[in-house]
Amino acid sequence: MFTVFISLVKDSLQAILHGSKKYHLWMAFLTFIMLIGMYCYTIQLEHGLSVTGMTDRVSWGLYISNFTFLVGVAAAAVILVMPTYVLKDIDFKQAVLIGEGLAVAALIMCLAFVVADMGGPSVLWHMLPGIGVFNFPDSMLTWDVIALNGYLFINISIPFYILFRHYQGKDALSKVYVPGALLSVLWAVGIHLVTAFLYQGLQARPFWNNALLGPRFLASAFAAGPALIILVLALIRYSSSFRIEDKTLKKIGIVVTVAAQINLIMLVSELFKEFYAPTHHSESAYYLFFGLHGKKALLPWIWTAISMNLIATLLLTFHKLRNNFKILYFACSLLFIAIWIEKGFGLIVPGFIPGPYGKIAEYTPTGIEIGVTLGIWALGAFVFTILAKTAIKIELGQLRYKKETVSKE
Amino acid sequence: MSNTTKKWFSLNLGSRKENASSSSCSCGKKEGDCHSADTSPQQKDGFDQVFDVPMDRRTAFKKLTASLLIGAGAVSTSCSLVSGNESKEKAQIDWEEQFKGNYKLMSEEEKKATVERLARSYELRTGKTINLSSQGPEENVLFGYAFNISKCQGYMDCVNACVEENNQDRNSQMQYIRIHEMKDGKGFNFNEADDNYYHEVPAEGHFYMGTQCFHCDNPPCTKVCPVQATWQEEDGLVVIDYDWCVGCRYCMAACPYDGRRFNWSQPEVPEAEINKNQHYLGNRLRKKGVMEKCTFCVQRSRAGKNPACVEACPTGARIFGNLLDPNSTIRWVLENKKVFRLKEDLGTEPKFWYFMD
Ligand code: SF4
Ligand code: SF4
Repeated sequence: MFTVFISLVKDSLQAILHGSKKYHLWMAFLTFIMLIGMYCYTIQLEHGLSVTGMTDRVSWGLYISNFTFLVGVAAAAVILVMPTYVLKDIDFKQAVLIGEGLAVAALIMCLAFVVADMGGPSVLWHMLPGIGVFNFPDSMLTWDVIALNGYLFINISIPFYILFRHYQGKDALSKVYVPGALLSVLWAVGIHLVTAFLYQGLQARPFWNNALLGPRFLASAFAAGPALIILVLALIRYSSSFRIEDKTLKKIGIVVTVAAQINLIMLVSELFKEFYAPTHHSESAYYLFFGLHGKKALLPWIWTAISMNLIATLLLTFHKLRNNFKILYFACSLLFIAIWIEKGFGLIVPGFIPGPYGKIAEYTPTGIEIGVTLGIWALGAFVFTILAKTAIKIELGQLRYKKETVSKE
Repeated sequence: MSNTTKKWFSLNLGSRKENASSSSCSCGKKEGDCHSADTSPQQKDGFDQVFDVPMDRRTAFKKLTASLLIGAGAVSTSCSLVSGNESKEKAQIDWEEQFKGNYKLMSEEEKKATVERLARSYELRTGKTINLSSQGPEENVLFGYAFNISKCQGYMDCVNACVEENNQDRNSQMQYIRIHEMKDGKGFNFNEADDNYYHEVPAEGHFYMGTQCFHCDNPPCTKVCPVQATWQEEDGLVVIDYDWCVGCRYCMAACPYDGRRFNWSQPEVPEAEINKNQHYLGNRLRKKGVMEKCTFCVQRSRAGKNPACVEACPTGARIFGNLLDPNSTIRWVLENKKVFRLKEDLGTEPKFWYFMD
């Protein structure tokens, strides 16, 4: 068992280190971005968070925005896990490994973003249960720590088990992974709800303190996550011999469509509540959509997001258009970007504007903040590429445990 | 340090500042040489005054990895044979400070020990002593505060006193108290209020209203802290353990009263202006990346004195006292005046009331 593991590690290292020229260029590019990100982060470590655009008035910004969005992407892998493992829908089989790889990458990015956002990364051990002091169950943040790490564990262990079996040329036993898969389905909903509750539970911020926040998070996540999976699968289809059937993409497309439609309905409901009979609690929404007292930094962002969202949902709704792959990819990219803006900038920043006493202080991220953010995205892409490369090789049968060679060596 | 370049000093901070500028080094602050030179300890600020750690990029990284690997770096310094006795002691202190527990959960001895360590560390580097207290809450005391809207004229003396008393960062001009200037006849219209004015007061047709941390009885800020770095003491003070805070700023998002301040960068207080009468949970020197806030001057209130803002207010608009003492002024105000609190609908139960004459 142990020797198999060692050989798996060796083989996957082999797989990771070798590839086409394009692959090497891609990895070098990611490494370069990561180095820039790390450089920016050292500056942040030295000078504190003052190098970011955040202030006492808007105390969360780009990092937490991205974190929130990525939790959604991670949770969305579940939409693929469910039918494959549990309902035995064979179409999704390849998609699910990719989806879980994506979830792992997204979770690693989430954790990186949280760490980047901390004022005191050197005392983060205070957050470890056991050594530190855990404010459980009062603080939603502790719930989130548990949920995210648990989900990361599940998403690493299930694919690992399956790949490990396949690596040895054996079939994965369904009675081992199906309970895990079921758990991960529940857990995925959990991480996203808990993350929504992080904001929803603050009576101080009326913009977040609204019952629709959690469900809307889920809807947008189930649109953005699978949209990304479609795009990634399309990329893999073109760049490797891994066979992904049209049927699979089309089925995921339906998932994306339904989620995007529900998301739109909820958006309408939210807008109706804010603008039909506005109270002073609607001011954040006013700021977001129309600007307040001449301050309108978010206007271009949110209207871009909303129009992209509308166009994408419309395109997806018509079967003819959706089944045309070019249009499908286009719609998916639109949707992904739209939700990134909406769930990031459009959600976190207006929560702080206007402030508790009506003060309007705007937020613009600094270059350093953007550098760190790009670096973390590159890290995510890097992790995902490694995971996907190994997984695909194993699934294709190119990476197999060879008893003879090991014993010969 | 130059007195004229900072907006802050346009607010009258009293005479101590003059001494500060005359005693400071003549090399001029722009070069920054003076700051890095170990020979002029007066120039050290904030965290450096607590831990003698020059935080250049490399050591910052070292510190980070050190603490992640449970202090491998610190161990090697504290065990090193070459370092002298004093630096060994310093390293030992740094090491123990880095890995101490949450103040709230410490035993009395542990509290004493950490307070002594911090005072000793300060002495080791500056040669000066501070009076650092770990005095706990007294029985039958619950602090409350009342603010007379008709008396406040917007002079900001309270803000000045608060900044000086609590060793707040001069660089970012951190202020716990905000005075909102409001138009007469419009009620409490915070949207049109100005909390950052620089003109002669009282301005015609305006009234003034101060806000700060309200020391809620049901504080949303403490509930959300993931590491219990902030909590409510028995006497009602909502405090922060600066060394335990990880800087997530969740409490800041949760406070409906804009009561919290964050150290976005290294806080700086000129050595000559440091208030050396300190409390562990109050005005001791902070480091970057931690939360802080008004503590009703815990170092004063627990010693039976009024907070600095109350003492400094020239109009007597501020009233502070023990809510459990039936003879206190605050009780008299609550019983005889029409009082109200802000955002009562949130259920946070601020221990801070407003009233009018
Ligand atoms: S005013 Fe804000 S910081 Fe102060 S106790 Fe209340 S919630 Fe906490
Ligand atoms: S910033 Fe500090 S005190 Fe506030 S919630 Fe985070 S750890 Fe707690």
